[in-house]
Amino acid sequence: MTTTRVPTTRVDGRTHEAEPVVARPRATTHLPTRDLDAAPPAPRPGLGKPTAEERFATVGSWVSAFALAWLVTQRILPLGGPAWLLVVWFVLGLLMSAVTTSMSGRRVDVVDRVVAGVVTSGALVVGAALVSTVVFVVYRGWEPLLHLNFFVDDMAGVGPRDPFDRGGIGHAIVGSAIELGIAIAVTLPLGIGTAVFMTEVGGRFAVVVRTIVEAMTALPSIVAGLFVYTVLIVALGFPRSGFAAAMALSVMMLPIIARAADVVLRVVPGGLREASLALGASRWRTVWHVVLPTARPGLATALILGVARGVGETSPVLLTSGVATFFVTNPTDGVMNSLPLFIFKGARSPEPMDIERAFAAATVLLVLVLVLFVIARLVARPPHSRSSR
Amino acid sequence: MTTLPAQDTVLPPGQPSPRRLARRATGADRVFEVGARTVGATVLVITGGIGAFLAWQSVPTLQRYGWSFFTESAWQPEADVLGIGAVLVGTVSVAGVAMTFAFPLALLTALYISEYAPAGIKATLVSLVDLMAAVPSIIYGMWGYFLVMPHAAAFSLWLHQHLGWIPLFDVDADPNAAVWDQSRYIGSAFCAGIAVAMMVLPMSCAVMRQVFSQTPPGEKEAALALGATRWGMIRSVVLPFGRGGIIGGTMLGLGRALGETIAVLLIISPDFVIKPRILEVGTSSVSALIAGRFGDASAAQLSALLTAGFVLFLITLVVNTLAAMIVARSRSGAGTEA
Repeated sequence: MTTTRVPTTRVDGRTHEAEPVVARPRATTHLPTRDLDAAPPAPRPGLGKPTAEERFATVGSWVSAFALAWLVTQRILPLGGPAWLLVVWFVLGLLMSAVTTSMSGRRVDVVDRVVAGVVTSGALVVGAALVSTVVFVVYRGWEPLLHLNFFVDDMAGVGPRDPFDRGGIGHAIVGSAIELGIAIAVTLPLGIGTAVFMTEVGGRFAVVVRTIVEAMTALPSIVAGLFVYTVLIVALGFPRSGFAAAMALSVMMLPIIARAADVVLRVVPGGLREASLALGASRWRTVWHVVLPTARPGLATALILGVARGVGETSPVLLTSGVATFFVTNPTDGVMNSLPLFIFKGARSPEPMDIERAFAAATVLLVLVLVLFVIARLVARPPHSRSSR
Repeated sequence: MTTLPAQDTVLPPGQPSPRRLARRATGADRVFEVGARTVGATVLVITGGIGAFLAWQSVPTLQRYGWSFFTESAWQPEADVLGIGAVLVGTVSVAGVAMTFAFPLALLTALYISEYAPAGIKATLVSLVDLMAAVPSIIYGMWGYFLVMPHAAAFSLWLHQHLGWIPLFDVDADPNAAVWDQSRYIGSAFCAGIAVAMMVLPMSCAVMRQVFSQTPPGEKEAALALGATRWGMIRSVVLPFGRGGIIGGTMLGLGRALGETIAVLLIISPDFVIKPRILEVGTSSVSALIAGRFGDASAAQLSALLTAGFVLFLITLVVNTLAAMIVARSRSGAGTEA
């Protein structure tokens, strides 16, 4: 035995240069050895693409579960109807995938497969609900949409039992456009101006403004409508009109747009502002030529999503605009119709043709929201992926 | 005579003197600052004014009726009996049903999009959820009223037959009648809650998905490298990391569900009774009360409606503020290797 200076490991696990000590065997260290005779461990399920066998197990379990569910519900037990079939299919599918997985895998693999089934089914339910909404609305409302007059005419003098080649929702579309136009003209400068104030000027007062604006996004739209109704119509004696409806929409949209614009402006890099100021630009020029153009896609998205929210909002309009069956182009001149209001009144009507017209108007509204949404997506895309330019 | 700045005498001639940096804005900058401050003040006055107006309007009502305004269930202005007890209970039960449906579905959908969906369709699914949030509530209302309500009524009957001993699922009708009385099962808080669930689901789902997508990839890969299955990784990394987002997103959805008007108004049959039976026909909510009663209201009744609206606003405000606090205080967004 010789004294050597070798790194040894202490009890506390730290390696250190050992003092020259007389080495005596205190404990033995075993190197791990591979037992060549032992059976190979079960292959772990990979995380990449599923193998053909795994795919077969998954698909096969669900197919067999469907067959079994059909047999159980439609032939053996008195549980007719598609609802029971789906429920039993779901339960049996989980059971089947558990069984097939347990044939090759461990317990955790079984749990993993079952949870994957639950999560996918949950997402499928949501997808089915969305598809059923869209399909149902279009299916119930397609007939009036085939007539061109539905888009350009108004409902003046058209009875609920008149055929679909008479009357239309032109007045509601025009009313919605006027009300939203006024609301945007009011909220856009105020909302973006507030956001500029909160991000560019700052200070203690800006914190107060931000707190209040964020609090007011919680205002339910019906209360915004009731506020305008009380102040503008009851207290000030203003008639029910498109202008009042536009004010109600503005009250509802202003905090939403201000808050969204604030979020967008806050992520403009500070270096850009400083560069502009260092080049001698005034604060106003910095905002106008640097901050706002940088944030333009985000601001456009905020505006369009605010409009999409406003165009479908029924409750403030219900309280403030009244219902007209004819074209009204002057927003201060009496009652005015709008798309959501037309839909609401039609849906509450006992006449089946009114309901069908309401569904057709709902389809138009849905398409309108979809178009706005797609535009918002296109605008929000980063410029390098845009095909033009 | 002009006074030269002091340092000019100190510095050697010919060397440029440092420009003075003024903290106070001058000239055009001053105009900009004042202008922006004015806009901010205007918006503060408008938005804060609404809150103040609602609070001010509710003073006479609360003086007139006192605490009974919150406990009284009837809304009979002609008998001078006003209270929002029943509508508050109705609002909460509609929102409760909505969250019972929306929370698990939103969580599962968010998990699917962030962890299970193939990479190719992930962006499309995110857009679809956002689009679902943009669909107007009146359309979900029509979906709930015309398509779902008959099925929901049949499901209510089944619940009543099998779980009717729970007060929540009791209905004042004979569950085993030869021909079941469908009119007792429609227009209930349950039916309205399903439509409202469709409305709040995408909102909660979007918040949850966003938080899940911020999970530090290093931690996820570490869990997988240690041999965790996908679900093991989700349970040990994604869900704990996203807990704030799950709670916050759910509460944001709850805030929306409490204030929802049109879908509820379309579906429910108005009834002013405090009852736990969510499957039975007839319920009410604050927003439906306002929408139904504003037209023929006198000044005093209008003030009572405004008070009800103010109470609703306060509830949603508290819920939203809590949600924002939970989302902000959670670990979400703060990665480990920042």
